[in-house]
Amino acid sequence: MKWFLDFLTSSIGRKLVMSLTGLFLITFLPVHLAGNLQLLAGDGGEAFNIYAKFMTSNPLIKFTSYGLYTGIALHAILGLAIWAKNRSATGKSYAVKNGNGTTWASRSMAFLGTLILIFIFIHMGDFWYSMKFGGLDDKLVTYDGIKYKDLYTKVSTSFSQLWIVIVYVISMIALAFHLNHGFASAFQSLGLNHKKYTPLIKGLGTVYSIIIPLMFALIPILMMFGIDVPALNFMHN
Amino acid sequence: MAGGNGKSINIKVKVWREGGDFGSGKFETYDLADIGTDMSFLEMFDVLNEKLVSQKKTPVAFEHDCREGICGTCSMVINGQPHGPMKGTTTCQLHMRSFKDGATIVVEPFRAKSFPVIRDLVVDRSSFDAIIQAGGYISVNTGQAQDGNAVPIEKDTSEKAFDAAACIGCGACVAACPNSAAMLFTSAKVSHLATLPQGEVEAKKRALAMVTQMDKEGFGFCSNIGACEAECPKEISIENIAKMNREYLGGVFGSEKTV
Repeated sequence: MKWFLDFLTSSIGRKLVMSLTGLFLITFLPVHLAGNLQLLAGDGGEAFNIYAKFMTSNPLIKFTSYGLYTGIALHAILGLAIWAKNRSATGKSYAVKNGNGTTWASRSMAFLGTLILIFIFIHMGDFWYSMKFGGLDDKLVTYDGIKYKDLYTKVSTSFSQLWIVIVYVISMIALAFHLNHGFASAFQSLGLNHKKYTPLIKGLGTVYSIIIPLMFALIPILMMFGIDVPALNFMHN
Repeated sequence: MAGGNGKSINIKVKVWREGGDFGSGKFETYDLADIGTDMSFLEMFDVLNEKLVSQKKTPVAFEHDCREGICGTCSMVINGQPHGPMKGTTTCQLHMRSFKDGATIVVEPFRAKSFPVIRDLVVDRSSFDAIIQAGGYISVNTGQAQDGNAVPIEKDTSEKAFDAAACIGCGACVAACPNSAAMLFTSAKVSHLATLPQGEVEAKKRALAMVTQMDKEGFGFCSNIGACEAECPKEISIENIAKMNREYLGGVFGSEKTV
C-alpha cells in the first residue's frame, strides 16, 4: 500500500482529496440550508425543533454526520498542510505585486478557509454542542405530547445579539468567496476540463457561491429583525 | 532605423542585484536616457551594461540566447509580471514602446525556492531539466519513419499536441504562481506526448515519473489560480493540467507501475 500513501502525499493526490472533500461539503450546504430555513417559518420553532431532534437521533443521519466531520477535518487539515508547503516552496516575495489577472479569492483560499473553520467552531460550539451535550436538557417544549429540546429559542436568542449576526454575515461572505473559486476548482482538480462543460461549471459555481451563502446569511438577519417567511411554514401550509 | 518610429524615452530601471559585491541582494536604480522605443527589453539591458562597464561597474547578469522568443532563456520579472506586460511574449520580444517616458521599471529574478538565484537576474532552472529527464521523452522503439498518412491524426488533435509542445520551458509559470508550482510546465510535456500515438504508449508511466520528480524538486502545489496560464509567453492552457491529473490518476490506479 506504499503506492497509495505515496499517492495521497503527492501534489496531485492531495489536490484530489481537497477536491473530493470540497465537493462533499458543497453537497452538504443545500441540505443544511433547507433544514435551517425552517427557522424562518414563523411557527414558534415547532418545525425546526422537530427537525433538530430527527437530525440528532436518526441513525443513518448520525452515521452520515461522522462522514461530514471527517470531511471537514480532512479538508481543513490538508488545506493548511498545503498552505504550509506552498509557503516553503515560494522564494522571496516580489517587490512589485501584480495579480497576474487572477482573482483575490483564488489567491486567498487558505485565509478564507481558516475564517470558515473558525466560524464552524463558533457555530458548532454555540448550537451543536448545546444540543448534543446536555445544554438544552432542561429547556424542553412539548408538541403533540412529545418532548423536544428547544433549540429554536437558543438560536433566536443568539441571533438577537448584533455581534453574533455580524460574525455570521462576515463568515458567509468568506464562504461565498471560498466557493466562488472552490466550486470550479474542484472539477479542474479531478481532471474535468472540457470546452463544453467547463464554462457551464464555472457559471454554476458563480451562481451557487452567491445564492447559498446569501440564503444562509439571511437567516440570522431576518431573525434579528423578527421577520418571518410564512411560505416556509410547510407544516401548516 | 528602418520601420521604426524613431522615438526615444528616458527611464529608470530598478534592478535586483545579488551575489558578488551585492551579497544577499538589493535593488539598484539606474537612469537611462534616450532609449529608442524600437529597442527590445534585452537591448535596453545591453545599453545599460555597456554604460556600467564604461563606468568600471559590474554589469547586470541576465540570461538570453536566441532573442527570437523560442529558447525560453530570458527569465525576468518586469513590474511584477514574468516576461513583462505584453501577453504571450518573451522578454526578448518585448519592446521599449510598451513603456512610458519617465517610467520606473522594476526588474526582479524569477522567485521560487526551486529556482535559486545564481546572480542578479540569473536563476538555476535545472529542476526543470530533472523533471524532463524523469520522463519527458519517448523511449518506445517506433521503427523507421512512417509514411506521411500511415498513422492518421485528426487536425484538432495535432493542434492540441502542438499547443502543448509550444512550451519553451522558461519557468514563467513557476515565477507567476503564488504557490511556486510547476504544474503548467510539467503538464505541457505530459499532455503534448500523451496526445500523440507515439507518446500515448508510455503516457501513464510518464505522468507518474514526471509528477513524482516535480514533487521531489520541491515545487509548490497547484490550487488552480491560473496565474501560470495568464503569464505564459506561449499561452499554454491549464487544460493541460487537467489532462495531467487524469493521466496521473490513470497511472496510479489504472496501471501496475509504482513509480
